[in-house]
Amino acid sequence: MIFTGKVFKYRDDVNTDEIIPARYLNTSDPKELAKHTMEDIDKDFMKKMKPGDIIVGEKNFGCGSSREHAPIAIKEAGVSCVIAKSFARIFYRNSFNMGLPILENPKAVDGISSGDLVEVDTVKGEIRNKTTGKTFAVAPYPVFMQELIKAGGLIKYVAKNNR
Amino acid sequence: MGMTITEKILAAHAGKKEVRPGDLIWAKLDIALGNDITAPIAISEFRNSGAGKVWDKNKVVLVPDHFTPNKDIMSAEQSKILRDFSREQKLKFYFEVGEVGVEHALLPEKGIVTSGDAVIGADSHTCTYGALGAFSTGVGSTDLAAAMISGKVWLKVPEAMKFVFEGKLSKWVSGKDLILKIIGDIGVDGALYRSMEFTGEAIRSLSMESRLSMCNMAIEAGGKNGIIEPDEITKRYLKGRSIRKPVFYSSDKDAKYVSVTEYDASKLEPMVAFPHLPSNTRPISKVGKVRIDQVVIGSCTNGRIEDMRIAAKLMKGKKVAPYVRTLIIPATQAIFKQMIKEGLMEVFVDCGAAVSTPTCGPCLGGHMGILAAGERALATTNRNFVGRMGSPKAEVYLANPAVAAATAIFGRIASPEEL
Ligand code: SF4
Repeated sequence: MIFTGKVFKYRDDVNTDEIIPARYLNTSDPKELAKHTMEDIDKDFMKKMKPGDIIVGEKNFGCGSSREHAPIAIKEAGVSCVIAKSFARIFYRNSFNMGLPILENPKAVDGISSGDLVEVDTVKGEIRNKTTGKTFAVAPYPVFMQELIKAGGLIKYVAKNNR
Repeated sequence: MGMTITEKILAAHAGKKEVRPGDLIWAKLDIALGNDITAPIAISEFRNSGAGKVWDKNKVVLVPDHFTPNKDIMSAEQSKILRDFSREQKLKFYFEVGEVGVEHALLPEKGIVTSGDAVIGADSHTCTYGALGAFSTGVGSTDLAAAMISGKVWLKVPEAMKFVFEGKLSKWVSGKDLILKIIGDIGVDGALYRSMEFTGEAIRSLSMESRLSMCNMAIEAGGKNGIIEPDEITKRYLKGRSIRKPVFYSSDKDAKYVSVTEYDASKLEPMVAFPHLPSNTRPISKVGKVRIDQVVIGSCTNGRIEDMRIAAKLMKGKKVAPYVRTLIIPATQAIFKQMIKEGLMEVFVDCGAAVSTPTCGPCLGGHMGILAAGERALATTNRNFVGRMGSPKAEVYLANPAVAAATAIFGRIASPEEL
């Protein structure tokens, strides 16, 4: 898959309360959740972003609660992928399990600024900063996780292998 | 080479003789947990998968504790999804309002989780049960759905960090302070993807309540699980409680750790985490003057009977400071009842505190004590992120129940020594 979008870059330790505040968790409707994506770290995120845009975080992106509402909101908002130096454990597995592309790459994060135009090629394993012309290689997922992707996600894999 | 307690539990649940950090395994689960925020998504994924029945109706546990008693129509709809599903699937462990408590206080109390278990919960503080010598970790709704279908979870075996507390704790220093101290030292991602093992003389003399609140916050350092080897205190706690036979594991002497950190427990003070990260800690003696508008004593971290006893002892015969709202939230109905029996309710009401039925409520900024812009709260909860207890312009400070009680009386962050 290839994504191209404008970058919204944030600091270390962006937590799930900032991505989707608990006050909106009285629903699990993706459309409702998406309206408030990133609201407590960037109030106008949803006004500024366009489908396909990319979120970049520093260290420990998605820390805090286990709410899958966080990757759901980000995905439903139309964000194409999230790049960070590291992800909090539960956010990482949630995004993976539900199919939001996330890439861990400290060098790329250092080489990208807010507003840059970035292209991500998940097949080739490349992050290209079109604004600066720099390219970064991304490590592929472990084989085990690729199998889950091939099966069409965790639930499909489990449903099939459980029979 | 030896294995840690976490590795041993994971190996046993993966049907392997041994596992090593980095191994990707499928682990069989003893319990899979969801709440009124995370379970609705899991239930919908469960239904979409075409699975008819849950893998084991005695092992899927649903606890509607976050927005209950339901705060509005939308949250009532979420709870209803849990209720209907529990009825349909004949789940043994579904807790209606009136029986419900904060999940991570409720499950240990009811003996639903025990030593040697492998547990996942679609709630980040599922790591709490490590205090019992179980492997337990937080996951998301899709993982919960997969577990409801298969009884299994995929896991990467974590590397382990060991934290050793030797010496005796001073008065007013509890498990909460030890874990805040660690998080302050290593940061909110200091244990990312790792297991945190707590040991040493001071840990062995900690009450089960204090151990639970310590393991509860392993996630605030990014940890996959927090764990304490079972001992006599564990066995006494589990006796007559566990619904399964506990299995007691301990770490081998030659088990491998990526780091071993030693603390002199006798030198530690109560800790306070300043806004807006649990790692932003200071010892109580270095806090300075911080005025407070609201005090919350409760949650899965510090809403247990020991916490209530400590707070009541300090607040007895005193009055909450003017213009300070003090909210006392016992984490379960059994604790609520015990508080009545011991006369703690009377103490709290007399000093001007509001006592609530068990709920997560303000801990996550859900309901029952939301902050306005510019307000400050001191809470015995576990997270103080921006907006966690209401307005994104409010501030939350974290501390143990003794500090919270003193703070309620003085209207500023205070040490219990001042009372
Ligand atoms: S008390 Fe707070 S931290 Fe614990 S489960 Fe409830 S919302 Fe989460």
